[in-house]
Amino acid sequence: MIDFTPTHEQSALIDQVRRFVREKIAPLEAELDPDAGELPAEIREPLVAQVRSLGLYGMDIPEEFGGPGLDVTTRCLLAIEMTQHRAGLYSPCYGVFGGAGLAQLYEATEDQKERYLYPTLRGEMHGFFGLSEPSGGSDPARAIQTRAVRDGEDWIINGSKLWISGADRADYGIVFARTGEGRDGITAFIVDTDLPGFQVRRVVHTLRSTHYATELSFDDVRVSDRNRLGAVGHGFAIANDRLSSQRIPYAAQCLGVAIRAHQMAVEYSQIRETFGQPLAARQGIQWMLVDNEMDIRSARLLVLEAAAKADRGEAFRTEAAVAKIAATEAAGRVVDRAIQIHGGLGVSKDLPLERWYRELRIRRIGEGPTEVQKMIIARDLLGKVAA
Amino acid sequence: MSAVAGRDLRGAWLPLTQDAVEAAPGCPGVYQLADHQGLPFRIGYAGGKSLFGLRGELARLIAENAGREVRFRMEVNMQYISRWKELMMVHRALYGEIPVGNPKSDAEHLGFLGGRHAGVAR
Repeated sequence: MIDFTPTHEQSALIDQVRRFVREKIAPLEAELDPDAGELPAEIREPLVAQVRSLGLYGMDIPEEFGGPGLDVTTRCLLAIEMTQHRAGLYSPCYGVFGGAGLAQLYEATEDQKERYLYPTLRGEMHGFFGLSEPSGGSDPARAIQTRAVRDGEDWIINGSKLWISGADRADYGIVFARTGEGRDGITAFIVDTDLPGFQVRRVVHTLRSTHYATELSFDDVRVSDRNRLGAVGHGFAIANDRLSSQRIPYAAQCLGVAIRAHQMAVEYSQIRETFGQPLAARQGIQWMLVDNEMDIRSARLLVLEAAAKADRGEAFRTEAAVAKIAATEAAGRVVDRAIQIHGGLGVSKDLPLERWYRELRIRRIGEGPTEVQKMIIARDLLGKVAA
Repeated sequence: MSAVAGRDLRGAWLPLTQDAVEAAPGCPGVYQLADHQGLPFRIGYAGGKSLFGLRGELARLIAENAGREVRFRMEVNMQYISRWKELMMVHRALYGEIPVGNPKSDAEHLGFLGGRHAGVAR
């Protein structure tokens, strides 16, 4: 039996982050636009300084690169706390805890780390992750049509990418291109965004108001072989590693929002009266709250089980897929019920519920849709029959 | 499909007058202001906290621009922040800088459209 009770150290960290969210972040949101995803520099910088003074900046950065080296379980427990505010799902604490850069760069050459990873960890550079294309994103081994052709000491890249976040503000991107056939025919490159032939073609608007995706084009973009990330033909493994390891904290973030929505529903059901009784006195409402509770508890266990397995260094692909499905689907249901309990107020911009409802819908698709996660689980259950 | 005057960012400009603004919807969305020659000088949005949406924002701008010949056009849009950023980026790509009527801090979180390398208009 695995014990998921947080350790003393984890509890102390959870408490620090929880207080920071409640005292520093949530009050700001009373003044910001309900769809805001960024803070003005004059507000953000003092908060970053506070986080640094608490020793909590860059919590996701591995120890060998100057971070605290937190395990996946602790990162998940903190992700659950950091997301418990209006912008929390896609902008946890508005980024004042710093990022970890693109994990693929941890495997880069020392020269590449000097030029891209370390400046990124210092907040001096920004990167994007360029995998999905108009032809698809869930099956990169077959869908990638962007081609890289060797030309002396360089590679020439032609093609396009779609649904790419942050490319319009990035200094570089990790771009996956076809250099051969099939799964072993994908290679990763670090592409500077100021190279001739690289263009951000358009903004793609989505359900999220504050963040958008972009479409990119590569027209004879010449990239030095010095910027090849990993071996030729190993790009699929690089992309896949990231996709699997990201899924657990991604699932944990959804839980944070679900927990906050559920708390709001519990509180509102006790103060809102209809026909002479509080909503909480009605069985229909009670059952909704019970369903929320069950959804949250079961998803939390599955997220922590996946995290624990990753921390033990065991294969966790199936557990990560299960956690991703459970948390994203459960959070969607919880917020939906919370909106129903709040009635008209639930769909207004006065409360964060409508924003979470929109943003959680994307979570069932992002980082691999539910159906692709099911394929992963089925493959592990059935082997070649399900492949 | 023809654009309704003032209510489509591809369409004709309308003078920023009380009558024109009163007909504006009370919804979230984006707007552009232009001078008498039709040169855009400000891009803004009516967000979730705007009182009476676009109508309220534009009414406020009448007072701010008193004594000037100003034109406007708008677009009802629930994705008002990402649409506003897109319009700002397009403006910067066309004119080389953000609109003169916007505060410099509006460029803080703005990306780029097109290419960034030398020789390509941003």
